Amino acid sequence: MNKARRNPGTTIAAHGALVLYTLIALFPVFVILINSFKTRKAIFREPMALPNTESFSMIGYETVLKQGDFFLYFQNSMIVTVVSLFLVLLFGAMAAFALAEYRFRGNTLMGLYLALGIMIPIRIGTVAILEMMVATGLVNTLTALILVYTAQGLPLAVFILSAFMKGVSDDLKNAGRIDGLSEYMIFFRLVLPLVRPALATVAVFNMIPIWNDLWFPLILAPSEETKTLTLGSQVFIGQFVTDWNAVLSALSMAILPVMILYVFFSRQLIRGITSGAVK
Amino acid sequence: MATLSKPKFRWHIAVFLAPAVLVYTAVMIYPLFNTLRLSFFAEIDHERVWVGLRNFRTLFLDPVWSKQFWNALANNFWFFLIHMAVQNPIGIALAAILSSPRLRFAALYRSAIFVPTILSFVIVGFAWKLILSPIWGIAPGMLDAVGLKFLYQPWLGKQEYALTTLALVSVWQFVGIPMMLIYAALLSIPEEILEAGECDGITGLSAFWKIKLPLILPSIGIISILTFVGNFNAFDLIYAAQGALAGPDFSTDILGTFMYRTFFGFQLQLGDPHMGSAIASAMFAIILAGVCIYLFGIQRRLRHYQF
Repeated sequence: MNKARRNPGTTIAAHGALVLYTLIALFPVFVILINSFKTRKAIFREPMALPNTESFSMIGYETVLKQGDFFLYFQNSMIVTVVSLFLVLLFGAMAAFALAEYRFRGNTLMGLYLALGIMIPIRIGTVAILEMMVATGLVNTLTALILVYTAQGLPLAVFILSAFMKGVSDDLKNAGRIDGLSEYMIFFRLVLPLVRPALATVAVFNMIPIWNDLWFPLILAPSEETKTLTLGSQVFIGQFVTDWNAVLSALSMAILPVMILYVFFSRQLIRGITSGAVK
Repeated sequence: MATLSKPKFRWHIAVFLAPAVLVYTAVMIYPLFNTLRLSFFAEIDHERVWVGLRNFRTLFLDPVWSKQFWNALANNFWFFLIHMAVQNPIGIALAAILSSPRLRFAALYRSAIFVPTILSFVIVGFAWKLILSPIWGIAPGMLDAVGLKFLYQPWLGKQEYALTTLALVSVWQFVGIPMMLIYAALLSIPEEILEAGECDGITGLSAFWKIKLPLILPSIGIISILTFVGNFNAFDLIYAAQGALAGPDFSTDILGTFMYRTFFGFQLQLGDPHMGSAIASAMFAIILAGVCIYLFGIQRRLRHYQF
């Protein structure tokens, strides 16, 4: 698109198209957010207007905070996401290191075996997963969700991390070996710090699907104490479907934490995707 | 776990591999095959009995079941086609515009367009349900503003439009992914190639069609297979917007919601894990077929260029 450098018309058209699509992308979020701060009357009379002193109201948020246990849901989502990410990164990095560093019989086969899960969604096995969780008494615990998300995240993590670990210099590792470091120390002290960017990429890739998942919380942990934020908002909205203030506020409260995380991590996320980690 | 055992068993390799392999095998691979196995069983008098292919015969041939199954499958294909025909071209177009050199605010546009992708299906489903709702009137109001009010329909409530509407909502949500992947591919095209084209008088749009598009074909292949797997595994958006019954009158039912209903039951029908497994097996076969077609039929034929 070298013409764009010279031709102002092309540049304007490009900006026009991008602005238009940006508006389409942000419009629903914007509408939900502004209306969550308005009175019921104002929501219906002028849905597109910003809240002003007359139409401002927090009644929806009051209902949400009174009726739904959103702090508990949030805490559950936090625990599940953080622990799953930690396990995916730790186990994934260990396995990736073994595959990238050592030559042993069955190395390629093991790599292929672990890569199977990249394309085959774990949801297909739901029936048997539920049976297993019932049999082991893990149903309605956060542990069940953590196990499932860890298994789901591992294949891609091993795939991405082993590609990165092949790039870590052999001289460095051999120097460590001569200095008497054990293989474990080489992994934790030398290699792990060097692949930190790749770890961040894997973390960001896994974070969004885990946080947003509805299927497994619905099936494995639907009890009140273990609801995640996604399932909690789904159930809450289903119950309060005619209370527009409450629904809009609940939606805004579900949007908020993700948006905050996104503002912090968007650079990492976009760099991760564009660095070709998924190619 | 085959390890070199002749000189000395290297324990550390086993230790490094064990946690990942154990969790992955126990929670993913074993249940996957167990589900496939369960599809050959049925519960008769509170006992699990081997029934061979009976569940599949019911699923494909029984009038009540097969009608639902083919309906869900056909809907799923339509869902996928809309993604291929709308989401991926828009994604490619946005990426092509974004990658033009010296475009200002490119990072801002990129981040903003990716916002819907990070939202959960619950938020997306309800937000669009409210916006398209005839009660609230945002959609009819906006159409009215441009003089097209006659076009308005309660899209999510009409059998003939609901599935397409939901597919477009899903496109809206996920357009960021093809955009990012194609954007990355476009950035990796070396400047010299484009300059060489320019010397031959190939610029602007024709540079896109003649030089860039052939070079990013492998990435388009990847986004196609990602879309395929994602769509045949979809559930959340339909469930959030239309509930487990995938209304109106099952017109938005896809394999994911069909499996959920069968497995868990709804209203008066009891859940049946064995029929649920049979549907899961069918989904597995479809996804596997798609992945194989991609790996052996498409990816090998595409030319990969090394720079």
